[in-house]
Amino acid sequence: MKKLINKPEDVVVEELRGIAAAHSDLVQVFYEPNYITRADAPIKGKVALVSGGGSGHEPMHGGFVGKGMLDAACPGAVFTSPTPDQMLEATKAVNGGAGVLHIVKNYTGDIMNFEMAADLARGEGIQVEAVVTNDDVAVKDSLYTAGRRGVGVTVLLEKIAGAAAERGDSLAQVKTIAEQVNAQGRSMGMALTSCTVPQAGKPTFELGDDEMEIGIGIHGEPGRTRMKLKSAHEIVEIMATAIVDDLPYKAGDEVLAFVNGMGGTPLIELYIVYNELYNFLKGRGIQIGRNLIGSYITSLEMAGCSLTLLKLDDQLKALWDAPVKTPGMRWGA
Amino acid sequence: MTISRDAILDWLKTFAATINENAAYLTQLDSDIGDGDHGANMNRGMQAVLTTLPGIADKDIGSIFKTVGMKLVSTVGGASGPLYGTMFMQMGNATAGKMELTLDDWVAAMQAGYDGVVMRGKAQPGDKTMIDALAPGLNALKVERDNGASIPSALNASASAAQQGMTATIPLVARKGRASYLGERSAGHQDPGATSSCYLLETAAETWNMTS
Repeated sequence: MKKLINKPEDVVVEELRGIAAAHSDLVQVFYEPNYITRADAPIKGKVALVSGGGSGHEPMHGGFVGKGMLDAACPGAVFTSPTPDQMLEATKAVNGGAGVLHIVKNYTGDIMNFEMAADLARGEGIQVEAVVTNDDVAVKDSLYTAGRRGVGVTVLLEKIAGAAAERGDSLAQVKTIAEQVNAQGRSMGMALTSCTVPQAGKPTFELGDDEMEIGIGIHGEPGRTRMKLKSAHEIVEIMATAIVDDLPYKAGDEVLAFVNGMGGTPLIELYIVYNELYNFLKGRGIQIGRNLIGSYITSLEMAGCSLTLLKLDDQLKALWDAPVKTPGMRWGA
Repeated sequence: MTISRDAILDWLKTFAATINENAAYLTQLDSDIGDGDHGANMNRGMQAVLTTLPGIADKDIGSIFKTVGMKLVSTVGGASGPLYGTMFMQMGNATAGKMELTLDDWVAAMQAGYDGVVMRGKAQPGDKTMIDALAPGLNALKVERDNGASIPSALNASASAAQQGMTATIPLVARKGRASYLGERSAGHQDPGATSSCYLLETAAETWNMTS
């Protein structure tokens, strides 16, 4: 294992210290339990957004705390859900009296830990609602799985719901918009390499030099199919077809196209992927109204990418364009 | 014959030691079909439990179990934290105020813990989860109790039923948790949660055979 770390067991807390040292103008970092809040939290009368998840997906979620996005984020151990005491303390710290929305990615552990935290927070008199993201088309959504995973849409949802809360929407309104984003978004990911959890010390799965894994999640868990490496053109066609056919996105639709790097893929490749996606969607008569290209929801040092499409309307576009000022996403502010 | 509070504390220490010894193995099982953190997470949780035991050693068994559950919830994370945490908290409710346990008390505690896991995780036997070790372990315990068995022989039967249940997860296709994302590819691997749950019942049999 080659990593820029000191001790595997100190990875998360030392990252948090780095965030605190770098971005004290935007966020405040708390320890034991670990959580990050906006520097100006709590904001009286504003709905607060709290998310969280395993570490290893940076900049998500801690990098999205700030004006126009999240009020708090709770980092768990690498690829491990945070615990209810973290979400409870974060919820109390950012509650401005207008209620708190928990943004939860659909993984068994995250769901259970956030449910326990919401029960505890309600017990202390805080109004808590939750929205669950489950946009990964690689997973069959059936009674026989834990359901679709929450992946790329989570980033878009945190931005858009964050803007809705910032403009003064009620808890019910913010939740409705968040659910709309999840309902209109679909994603799929692929890996060129595996990744290594620091405390495990070796890659979570083996992938040959000439192989790729299609339909991976964001935790180094293997995907649904392994195949020989193909060209960017063919890879995008496989993934974009699965995404477009799933919702389905139709000719005349306007979408936000999000090309995400998994952590170990350079921007030059992401732009090649974007070009392929652009041409693919053009061929289907689907117009890209907004885009996002870069590594925003990662899987440590994994090479690969994920594609996310979100069907847009005027309101979602306005909320997407609204100012945001966080360590990981910043425009208009 | 009863299970004393000291025996309960010894069991928790033995379980922590077993998790520590097998952390790499549990993580390997989890890497095959999950996200490769079960051993590290359970080990972190049980090591945290060990540090709290001296401070609660004079409490009743129910309080000890509840404290263990709270500690696991706040230190393990993932799905295992809420599941094992809820299990111990429910075992604590079932043994509140008790300073020693009869076999009936132990069956009641295990039943409460099992019900807690089912409530929190919504899994059924055959879904390839910890339930697949706990359910046969609990059933064997009840059968032995009804047949008037001694505590050691009931615990041994419970441990071997849990072992069989654990092994029987190998051919199963996972229907809960992260392994379910693999579909058919999850078959052929032993479930890590069933493995750690098997250790729970095995260490009870080991510890209480010697101290009871």
